Amino acid sequence: MITKRIIPCLDVRDGRVVKGVNFEGLSDVSSPVELGRYYSDSGADELVFYDITASHEGRRLFTDILTEVARTIFIPLTVGGGIASVDDFDRVLKCGADKVSVNSGAIRDPSLIHNAAKRYGDQCVVLSADVKRVDGEFRVFAKGGRVDTGMEAIAWIKKGVSLGAGEIVVNSIDTDGVKQGFDLEMLAAVCDAVKVPVIASGGAGCVRDFVTLFETLPGVDAGLAASIFHFGEVTIPELKAELKTHGIPVREV
Amino acid sequence: MIAIVDYGVGNLFSLKCSFAAIGVDAAVTGDAAVLHEAERILLPGVGAFGDAAAKLRESGLDRVVIEEAKAGKPLLGVCVGMQLLFERGFEYGEHAGLGLVPGEVRHIGEFIPAGLKIPQIGWNALHLVKSSCPLFRYTKEGDYVYFVHSYAGFDCADSTAATVEYGAALTAAVQRGNIFGTQFHPEKSGRVGLNILRAFTEWEGTTC
Repeated sequence: MITKRIIPCLDVRDGRVVKGVNFEGLSDVSSPVELGRYYSDSGADELVFYDITASHEGRRLFTDILTEVARTIFIPLTVGGGIASVDDFDRVLKCGADKVSVNSGAIRDPSLIHNAAKRYGDQCVVLSADVKRVDGEFRVFAKGGRVDTGMEAIAWIKKGVSLGAGEIVVNSIDTDGVKQGFDLEMLAAVCDAVKVPVIASGGAGCVRDFVTLFETLPGVDAGLAASIFHFGEVTIPELKAELKTHGIPVREV
Repeated sequence: MIAIVDYGVGNLFSLKCSFAAIGVDAAVTGDAAVLHEAERILLPGVGAFGDAAAKLRESGLDRVVIEEAKAGKPLLGVCVGMQLLFERGFEYGEHAGLGLVPGEVRHIGEFIPAGLKIPQIGWNALHLVKSSCPLFRYTKEGDYVYFVHSYAGFDCADSTAATVEYGAALTAAVQRGNIFGTQFHPEKSGRVGLNILRAFTEWEGTTC
């Protein structure tokens, strides 16, 4: 049986892992390579690296780090952040990424999803959506959660899937960094709307939040989190052991 | 030395690194002469079947791979590289494969119950149909490997070495003499995957 995936997410700026609360007040956490290896050894099913660098120099540093990660870690790597063209896909895939996550770049130019899917396959294209409740609807935000696009989120996600996105990351801005659990209402709406894998992001504060996520929403395929892993509040072996106790299929290492 | 066929499709870096991690010399190459000299050939593949098949053909390396495989050189196709071993594929139209393994590559949605996610993305357990297959020298029934695919090989029962349960028993690995293929990514399957690559590099030619 296919297992539920546990995915630590590493936001990387200037070669270091950072994690903000509600995307504000970034703080330096650790080295991406060391942290990646630690997670892989402890049973992470996948790693996500978001390049949150703006500068050209930062971008070069990021690909250097990605290369180093891919050299030593043999689990799937998803890369996102600043992906605006098929050339960007090419750049990170050559450094060892397996999947590429698009967000603002796809909002600016939705054909990016189709063009990349046609070239690399649907399964390579992950649509990541930062979603927040505005005026009683789920709204897509761009530029790291700063800009309201005015687009309704479920419609956007469905469009992304029809264009070729093979996987969806739903990051709830409303629950991100709050550590009170995943945004079950938002995730249920997305699971009902699409048939591709859905990755829950934003809000995990403890082991119980993952159990609740997978028990409440069988349609969710993976749980993604950052700070609770980075600060050691939750370890992956204890998380997986607890999921297994609740009958949720996981890969143990 | 293992030659990893470079025909302009990504993901070669991880494969090269995974061989380095098990102490095996691997060269990423688009040079026919290197493929001829290599002890073994690895045919990678990422992306859509049609694009990959067209690129391999444009590179002219399709003929080299077929020639070497038919001459008995160990060949391992990975993911879309495995799919290319088949006779035909149906991703974005119908496209010819290399015809080294009988069968065809079809969308898994035709075979699995509605409601299951496509692509299958994630870690799933291997069922070893032929546990004596040389690839599985270090692999146990139920070991987890990483899959990312919407398409799979069908009508290939004689060649099937392992399956994976995803609403149906989908082809996870094939073997036909010296020709091997894995639908999953051994280079992304942690220790289990590295051990499958190691087994391939150690295989000395006795078929199962």
